Order: sequence, then C-alpha cells, then structure tokens
Amino acid sequence: MTQPIFSFPGGLHPADHKAESNTAAIVPAPLSARYRVPMRQHAGNPAKPLVLPGEHVLKGQAIGCLDGRISATVHAPTSGRVVGVESYPIPHPSGLTDRCVVIESDGRDEAVPASRLDWRNLAPEAVCEELEDMGLVGLGGAVFPSHIKLEPAAGIETLIINGAECEPWITCDDRLMRERAGEIMAGVEIARHLLGAREVLVGIEDNKPEAIAAMRAACAGTGAKVVVVPTKYPSGGAKQLIELLTGLEIPAGKLSTDIGIQVFNVATSYALWRAAELGEALVSRVVTVTGHVARPGNYEVRVGTPIEELLQLAGGELPGATGQLVGGPLMGFDLEDTRAPVTKGVNCIIVTSDALFPPRPRAMPCIRCGQCALACPVRLQPYEMYLYAKAKDLDKAKAYNLADCIECGCCSYVCPSHIPLVDYYRFAKSELLARGREQRAAETARERHEFRSFRLEREKQEKAERLGKKAGERLEAGAVAADDPEAARKKALLEAAIERAKKAKEAAPPPANTDHLSAAQQAEVDAIEARRAQAGTEQTVADKT
Amino acid sequence: MIGSPFVQREQNSVRRTMIEVMIALIPGTLAHAWFFGPGILVSLLVCGFFALFFEGFALLMRGGAFGTMISDGSALVTAWLFALSVPPLAPWWLYAVGILFAILVAKHLYGGLGQNPFNPAMVGYAVLIVSFPNYMTQWPGPAHLVNHLPSLSEAFDLVFAGQGSVSVDAYTMASPLDTVKTLLRAGVAKRDILGNPVFGRLSGTGLEWVALMYLVGGLYLMARRLITWHVPVAFLAAVIVTSAVLQKIDPGHNMGPVFHLFTASAMLGAFFIATDPVSGCGTPRGKLIFAGLAGFLAIVIRSYGGYPDGVAFAVLIMNVAAPFIDAYTQPRVYGHAKGGKVGR
Repeated sequence: MTQPIFSFPGGLHPADHKAESNTAAIVPAPLSARYRVPMRQHAGNPAKPLVLPGEHVLKGQAIGCLDGRISATVHAPTSGRVVGVESYPIPHPSGLTDRCVVIESDGRDEAVPASRLDWRNLAPEAVCEELEDMGLVGLGGAVFPSHIKLEPAAGIETLIINGAECEPWITCDDRLMRERAGEIMAGVEIARHLLGAREVLVGIEDNKPEAIAAMRAACAGTGAKVVVVPTKYPSGGAKQLIELLTGLEIPAGKLSTDIGIQVFNVATSYALWRAAELGEALVSRVVTVTGHVARPGNYEVRVGTPIEELLQLAGGELPGATGQLVGGPLMGFDLEDTRAPVTKGVNCIIVTSDALFPPRPRAMPCIRCGQCALACPVRLQPYEMYLYAKAKDLDKAKAYNLADCIECGCCSYVCPSHIPLVDYYRFAKSELLARGREQRAAETARERHEFRSFRLEREKQEKAERLGKKAGERLEAGAVAADDPEAARKKALLEAAIERAKKAKEAAPPPANTDHLSAAQQAEVDAIEARRAQAGTEQTVADKT
Repeated sequence: MIGSPFVQREQNSVRRTMIEVMIALIPGTLAHAWFFGPGILVSLLVCGFFALFFEGFALLMRGGAFGTMISDGSALVTAWLFALSVPPLAPWWLYAVGILFAILVAKHLYGGLGQNPFNPAMVGYAVLIVSFPNYMTQWPGPAHLVNHLPSLSEAFDLVFAGQGSVSVDAYTMASPLDTVKTLLRAGVAKRDILGNPVFGRLSGTGLEWVALMYLVGGLYLMARRLITWHVPVAFLAAVIVTSAVLQKIDPGHNMGPVFHLFTASAMLGAFFIATDPVSGCGTPRGKLIFAGLAGFLAIVIRSYGGYPDGVAFAVLIMNVAAPFIDAYTQPRVYGHAKGGKVGR
C-alpha cells in the first residue's frame, strides 16, 4: 500500500540553490582555540551557568543547567579552561548580545565518561529524565527542548520525521540523510519507542533523490515509511508537513500532540541517537555554509565556534560579499556580527552578494492583486492584514487572524509592490504582545491600588476604634482623679498651656519649608519657578494649537 | 528594519503586472481596428496622453516618488480600458473629460494607486454616457456595412478638428445593443430585427470577433496567473443564466445568452473590468458573488434600463458592495473550524 500524499494551499517554487553545497561530504571542523557558548540556544528560558572562570571543564560536561520547565542543558564543546562568563553577540534576529561561557581549549579534547542509555528497558519517564541532561533541542530551527517533546504522552499515533528541508540553499539535512541514514533511523526508533507511536512517516522533498534512497534503505524492515513530497516551500514547516502527510490540520490554539502527532527533524533524531546510544550530549551539529564563499559545503561544527572561523573553513568570503544570513533566505535573519558563535539553532550561513540577493526594490502601494493570498499556505488574506497592521488597527489585524501567520515569507516573496509584508506582521504581533502585557500590568496595578485603598480604610477604622476605646478609658480615669487637688492643679496648668499655644498659633502663620533657605537653595527654587512659569505658557500655547 | 524574506520573485513588479494586462488587451484592440478602422488607435493614443498628463499632475501635486509612480503603467491601463469602452473618432475633449474623471477624481482624489473604491475607467465611461449621450452612441460600423471608414489621417482630423472631410453619417451605425434597445422598444418584432446586417453569427458583426479576442487576452491573463478563474466564470455564467431566463420570460423582447455573451463589453467586463483587484473583491467566494451579481445586473440593465449597455453601471454598483462582501467571505484559515465574517 502506498502512502497517500495530501497537499497544502499556496506555497512557492523559488530557485533552490541546493547544488552549490550538497555535492561534497560533511567536513568535520577542526578544534578552535576558543569557544563562546551562549546560554540561550533554545526556546524557553536561557540556561543558568554552572561554571566559574578558572574552572577546568571536559567535553560534554554541563556548563549551563535548566532554568524552569522549558529550558535546556548546555555543555562544553571541548575540554579546556573557562576564562569568562560574559555578554557577547549571539546569532539572534535581535542582534543583541547575551551571556556566553567562554572556554579556552586545551587541545586534548577530553570527554566526560559516557555510557549508553538502556532506553529499551528503562521506563520512558526515566529515559526522558536522562535526556534532559543531554541538551537536545529541535535542530530544524525551532530549537524547542526535545526532552519535553519526548515525554510519554497519551495517544501519539504518528511520528513524523521532517527531512523536507524546503528552504533554498540549505543542505545540511540532505547531507546528513545521505551519509548517516542508519543513525537517523536508529534515533527515530528511540523516539517511536518513547512516544509509543504506531506509525512513522519520514517526509522528504523530491529534490533530494540520494537522501530518499538512503533513507528508504535505512527504513527497510523498520516499519517506517519514507514519503516523498513535491518540492514546494514551505513543505518543511511542521504544520505543512503534517498536512502533506496526513491531510490533518492542527486546530487553532492546539498542539500537534492534541491530534496524535509528534514531529522531529532528521538532525534531531540523529542527535537523539548519539545521546542515547553513545551517551554524548549535543555539542555539535552540521551547518551549511554557502552563497558567496569559496568552498560552499557542510561542516560538522561544535557549538560555540565563531562564525568567522566557519567562514574561513569554507574558503572565506569572495570579493563582493555584502553580509551573511543565518538560516534560509525566506525565514532566516541578517547576522550582525561574524564573531557570534554557532549555536544549536544555526543550520545554515549564507554569504550574500548583490548578484545572489538583489536588494529589495522600493515598495509601491498595494494594488490588492491577491498574489499574496494565493501564496499563503494558511489561507490568510495578507493584503488585508497589511492594511490594518500599517494603520496600527491591531484589533482588525487580529480579526483577520494575524496570530495564525507562520511568517514563512511567501507573501513578501510574491508581492509585485515589493512590500515587506512579514515585517508589518512581526510589528503588529509584537505590538499586540506589548499591549497584552500592558493590559495585564494595568490590571495588576488596579488590583493593588484597590487593595491598598481598602487596607488604608480598614487601618483608619481600626485606629479610630482603638482611639475611641482609649479615650473612654481615660475619661473614666479622669473622673476618678477629679478628687485629687494636685491632679486638678496640674490639669489647670496644662489647659492654660494649651490655650497659650493655640493663641500663638493663630497669631503667626505656620512656618513653610521655604522660610529659612540658603542662597544656593533659593537660587534653585527661583530657577524651578521660572521653568514652571515657562512650562505654563507653553502649556497654554499647546492648548491653543 | 528589513527582515526576512531576503529573496523576491524575479521580473515581478506593479509595472510588469500592468504591462501584462496591456499585452492581453492587444488582440482585442487589433480586432477592433481590423473591423472598425484605425480610429481606435487614435482614441487610444489621445486617452493615453491625457491619462499620463493627469496622472503626472496629480503625482506632482501629491509629492512622492514621481519617476517610479508615473512609469508604473497603471494610468495607461485605465486609459486603454476606457478607450475600448467609448466610441473612437469622438472629439478629443470628450476623452479628456472622461480621463479627467477617471484619473483625477476616481483615482487620485480617493488616494491614488490601490485606493480607488470604483473602477476608474468605468467612472470615466459613466460620466460621459450620462453627460454626453449623443457622442457615446456614435460607434463606427463594420467596414462592409458603412460607406467609408476613416483612414488614420482622417481619424486624426475627426478627433482633433472635430469635423473632417468625412461626415459622421458616413461611418457611424447603430451598434447591435443600440439596435436591440431602440427597435425592440419601438415595438419591432425581434425576428425582423435579427435580419439586420449589424448582427453576425453570434452577436454583433465584427464585435463578436473583438469579444473573442478579449477572451483570448483574458485566457492569457489567467495563464500568467494574474487573474483567477472566479471572476470571469461567475460573470459570464451570470450573463448566460440571466439572459436565458429573461429570454424564456419574454422571448419577443429579450435577446438570448449567445448574443449577450459575445458582446465585446461582456467579455471586456468579465476578464478586464470586474477583475480589477483594487475595486473588486479579493476572497475566492467574494469574487464569485461580486462577479455573479455584476453579470446579473449588467443583463438586467441592458434589458430594462435606459442605456443600451449595463456592464459599467453593474460593475460600479458592485464596487460599492465589494468591501462588505469581502468581510463576509473570508476563507477558512488553517486550523480554524470555519471562515466567514470578520468582526467589524
């Protein structure tokens, strides 16, 4: 029985540029002198550093531990000395710096003792607990911690292995499938076992015949099926691949596991095999270096390697290079600084040139031609969302299902007016996020204020009650003391003193805090008054205009 | 900040889109020139000139990237569609007035490219047929039915000097739609009218060929994926069904589906006018409703209205409803139970 193939709407057929980098075998990168290992390499909270400068670490030793549920362990890529824990540029769309553990390699590359995980005989929960320490994350780009995705969940029917690799230029999964199909499938078997999935479907685009052949051979006898899908971007998006292989959609706001499906990338499966069978934590990955470089190809690189070293490995940038992209040209981002290290999420570095990546022409007005809607794989009406995002009418943008946009870039790609549509959606999404945060903050502040008012009111009441009670007691005490002449004399004196004080108070105005000022203080007050007066006139001017 | 994607489709621009539309208009225009003389080329030239003139004026007044905007081709497409909708050989100022309303009023007063709620060419046409109905009925007849079709130079004389060596009566002839309107209204039996040589095998003599060439151009646009099938299919289907029903109701006074289908304005409307993305609907279901109702209205106006043709008014009426239809016909988005209405 052949596996049926479904389809998804929209999509693109851009020039795939795979041949530049997919002909040569994966090259292991030599040891670097210095590694900068970011604590933020995964979705969720960044890891907490476990080491201090001066400490000696071994390859595979944990140097950052989980912080919260969604987080991942980070390991030393080689043996050496920790020379710092510092802020450093990392490959991230924001271009910001983040905390990195800097390790100076000792050249010995000594690893921590590793042991095979007996995943078949251990309880799945125990296996996941072990894997938590291995730093596995989704290597397709989403970098979601894998140990969470591997937790035994009820009703996982289908395990989908993503080998689609639909973005142009990227070939790291292609090469991995050609060269290490057996290991990938061994990793898949571990995932299948842990999840209790009934069927395994491996989705690969039909532009990778060698990878398909290798994976088919590795699947023989395992029950897993390789499903060849037509080459169409973004077939490698998890939602799109699920739709292609099963015809199912993930209901809005739900997860694929809610419909009995879990998805892993081929590289993640390979890392899972290494972690379980060899006891090796995730400290390296295959990265495609391509574009305007001398020797495009795939390199097995340790996490923390400076990207500039990786570029040198690929023969260096050619004259006319204009920059670097991290990831593919459709969903990747511009690299701000080549000193930034390779992380678990970096699958591809593309060196750009004006010939390969002509600058986007100046944007024209939208003519509502509808090309974007035809290209949208989730059936949105991008031109409407654009209109409202541009007008900052966030509620309308939301009503047009902005939240369902997967930011694949198809709409921007086909737009004849060259409008950077996805930028508008990212902007509107972040505005909505900020607005939600503000609303929650305002809500909290209001609640706090209300409680404070309530508390003050209550304290006032309690004080009044207390005072009333005390006054009553004193009155009683006073009545008792009236017989005592000494006490009566004292009371008369006291009353006279109070009377005098009252009169004095009426005669002189109460002292203000500005009465006895030094010269410097007076000058300051005058300056403030002058500013106030000016602000006052400005205010009236502003009011008039 | 400009983020991903960092690639875009090659050879893709507003200008390119407009050029494709103009390419698609060439067969119909040439067919018109073949059957009705080179007058259409002169009116096209005049309309194009005024379109660029008013477009340039508006762009300069509004500021912005003049060079890119003037060369985007959108004004020329409007001018071309307008020129194909009005009779050739009319005085130049008539075209100027029509284009003025199309470009300045319908397009730029509403915000320019991409902002016009009404189809500019149809606004220009509507202004002229309401204001100057006599000029708008002076269509040249097919070469073999009239005394003398003006040559190119005679056409220039007619357009610019108003009166040349050729008299209006020498080349004009009631168009098939005019004939139907006036004679049927006058109580002439339909079978007698159909003997009139202005009718050809399918529709009007010559005009049926122009209509077929518009169809060819429209199919080219579909092949180039610049328009989807929804609008032409819904429009033409509505034309067929409506005219068939009306003929059934009153066979003595209403023409049949074949006649209506192969009128030039129906084909132009189906493939080039109702498909205007700016003033029309954008969702697939919206396009079907929009074009279906436009086709229906066009035949109803032709049959019962005061004007011989109804395509322009039908499209303008539906332009008003387009945003409303769009809001209620949103496609079902991935992962959602159903599509439909966008909250207002």
